[in-house]
Amino acid sequence: MKTLWRHWTSPRFRVPRAVLVRLGTSLLVLWGAVTVAFAALHLTPGSVEQALVGPNTITPQARAELVTEYGLDEPLPVQYGRLVGRMARGDLGESYQLHQPVAEALGSQLGPSLQLAGAAMALAVAASLTLALLTAGRGRLVRGLSSGIELVGVSIPTFWTAIVLLTVLSFQRGWFPAAGADGVTALVLPAVAVAVPLTALLTQLLRDSLELALDEPFVLTARARGLSDLAVRLRHALRHALLPALTLAGWMFGALVGALVVVEEIFARPGLGRLVLTAVEGKDLPVVMGAVLVTAALYVAVNIVLDLLYLVVDPRLRGAR
Amino acid sequence: MSGPLVEVAGLSVAFDATRAVREVSFAVHPGECVAIVGESGSGKSVTARSLIGLAGEGAAVRAAALRVDGRDARAFGDRQWRAVRGARIGFVLQDALVSLDPLRPVGREIAEALRLHRTVPRTEVGARVVELLRDVGVPEPELRARQRPHELSGGLRQRALIASAIACRPALLIADEPTTALDVTVQAQILDLLAARKRDGMALLLISHDLGVVARIADRVLVMKDGRIVEEGPAERVLTRPEHPYTAMLREAADPRPARPAVRIGAPVVWARGLVKAYGARRAADDVSFELREGETLGVVGESGSGKTTLGRLVLGLLRPDEGEVLIEGRPWRDMSARERRAVRRRVQVVYQDPLGSFDPRFDVRRILEEAIAVSGLPRPARRDRAVELLEQVGLDAGLLDRRPARLSGGQRQRVAIARALATRPKVIVCDEPVSALDVSVQAQVLDLLARLRAELGLSYLFISHHLGVVRQVSDRVAVLKDGRIVEVGDVEQVFTAPRTDYTRRLLAAIPRLPEQQGGDHGTHHDGGRVRSADHG
Repeated sequence: MKTLWRHWTSPRFRVPRAVLVRLGTSLLVLWGAVTVAFAALHLTPGSVEQALVGPNTITPQARAELVTEYGLDEPLPVQYGRLVGRMARGDLGESYQLHQPVAEALGSQLGPSLQLAGAAMALAVAASLTLALLTAGRGRLVRGLSSGIELVGVSIPTFWTAIVLLTVLSFQRGWFPAAGADGVTALVLPAVAVAVPLTALLTQLLRDSLELALDEPFVLTARARGLSDLAVRLRHALRHALLPALTLAGWMFGALVGALVVVEEIFARPGLGRLVLTAVEGKDLPVVMGAVLVTAALYVAVNIVLDLLYLVVDPRLRGAR
Repeated sequence: MSGPLVEVAGLSVAFDATRAVREVSFAVHPGECVAIVGESGSGKSVTARSLIGLAGEGAAVRAAALRVDGRDARAFGDRQWRAVRGARIGFVLQDALVSLDPLRPVGREIAEALRLHRTVPRTEVGARVVELLRDVGVPEPELRARQRPHELSGGLRQRALIASAIACRPALLIADEPTTALDVTVQAQILDLLAARKRDGMALLLISHDLGVVARIADRVLVMKDGRIVEEGPAERVLTRPEHPYTAMLREAADPRPARPAVRIGAPVVWARGLVKAYGARRAADDVSFELREGETLGVVGESGSGKTTLGRLVLGLLRPDEGEVLIEGRPWRDMSARERRAVRRRVQVVYQDPLGSFDPRFDVRRILEEAIAVSGLPRPARRDRAVELLEQVGLDAGLLDRRPARLSGGQRQRVAIARALATRPKVIVCDEPVSALDVSVQAQVLDLLARLRAELGLSYLFISHHLGVVRQVSDRVAVLKDGRIVEVGDVEQVFTAPRTDYTRRLLAAIPRLPEQQGGDHGTHHDGGRVRSADHG
């Protein structure tokens, strides 16, 4: 045991140790997400069997059969144990409502959602980088104006932006389709609606950290070397400003998932958000659990990528433990 | 020689209502070294930055003449300034750790200048970077070029920064406090490097608060105070026969006289025995033993990384030694219960280099002091009186009680830090670089204060500093640290005049010295005495 511990803590195993720890904590996160979702679903009013039956009338005998078939008569801890066991084996089960395997249902809806999330994220990053680079360290008027707009952008609820965009650009002008997920044009309005608050928040953060970086002595040195203002911003200050933005990006992914639920519903887009919404309403336990698991896994993956990006942006962190 | 490289006449720079520089006129000719000397806030840095059109945001620059290479720079647009910066005038800032982009390899910083001004063909940039690093005395230049500032020592960073500034062979190099953040031995190397550039024909404009540094390489000296040049002339003359009282004061402060009060030295109050503290493979304390007696000041000198600060923390009981022990008034930290430790902590206080960093910025002076007073168990109503008493003890007015640290001057802040240390009526104060962040004139006042308090209150100081002159000024005995070991300890005059180890000798030899002062007429300043250097052309 002691030798094992010595190997474990030796510097040679720094990388494998980090990977193992990371994997362990990731599994912990997934387990936590599943547990919380299970608890939440059973704490909300209404029984699963009622949701299964729906508005139809049914004989007591049929009802009892249904309950036994889905294992709903067992005590909650047993149901929970079975659920975790199945999930650990990678078996997401079958949907109560859709009568198809959960994995299949999720798979078909994941694509459109990822498209929308990716487009919104790209839009937010591009717009906020441009805005922040242009406005950081400028006169009082420019900064006041842009931070005013950002405040509005952060404050507007996503559903409102979505409805306004839909009304003006789709119903009145007819420039973009009002619903569905066919082609790039159908992606524009939902992506903009999701991106607005993210852009506003990211711009604020980027500008603040850019301004901090522009005050650093190394920026003065770079200017004294003959670098132009834009070159100073792009080559020196920006990289420093990216570090806090990366931290925010992890949180933004969570906000993105929340926004998807709303926007997909408004634009009648297929996607994970809508699927989950119907599943929660219908107490479709397997679908909710599957969606929670997939989202949590994505979240973990995004954060691992972000951690690696940290090392790329700030090489000083590579030496640190 | 041809005309001046830069020439300014009647230069004034203002930031909103404050006038940082007023009616300054001077010129720098090819191959000469001009030094601007002054304390913080004297306008010396702003003057230097105005010469490359980077006086700062919101600066209003006016000048009767501002010529670079004989061209009128007042009419320069951004593009013309950029062609001057780095190519004709190089610029080196004080602290290379923050003056080089921490996220980029130093080689790329140097390459940036080369590419920008197309000094060498694109394909030769890499080779030229290595050559430049080698020229400024960086060992293993190929490896160093790929490293980032945090991977280099202070001296190497400063060399790399200088390499990036001289990459395009500018005719003039402006160096703003180029050695202030460095150890004396490294400082001497950097000054040698600058002197070598000067021999190669590069003109130097050196900005410094340290007359000793200036004396080593400057041909002419300008002394600035409150934005004006109060004295100028050949370095030799200004440094040996200062005419303006301010110059005389700077000179006085740079050449400190002992500030050791006559006190009775009693029994040991701090006793360190065989201290060892390791961080990984590095030993920050390696079998360190010493004693500090009642009423005594023990100086601790050494270069950065020699273990000075670790030693201070061990004495304060903030670090637990791997081996050995520290006894406070005969009792080891190790054997004390948490409760006893707290009681003993009151007897051993600390004053740091940067008081701003050790104050809560939201507290005012009163709260800072009362918090410390509360530790000694004084009832609340009596605390304010005690705070006033403490302020008086350190020579401050009670009117400062409601000020926040940010609104105090550097000297006032350090006095408040001392008052806070005194609040618990300590026997021992660990002074960790207590005057290193202060201007020389303020430095002298704070040192006088420490000497007075020591005599009045019978305090013992463990006085840690990289500044050898200051340590000599205040200490009775001195310990020289190197790589965590005490290489020499003894009576301060003995160590400074007759060092027993090579290391101490090297350390002492690196201290920049002023030429001997000649009689001179102190205190009288006559404008007619502002001699301009005769050998311009």
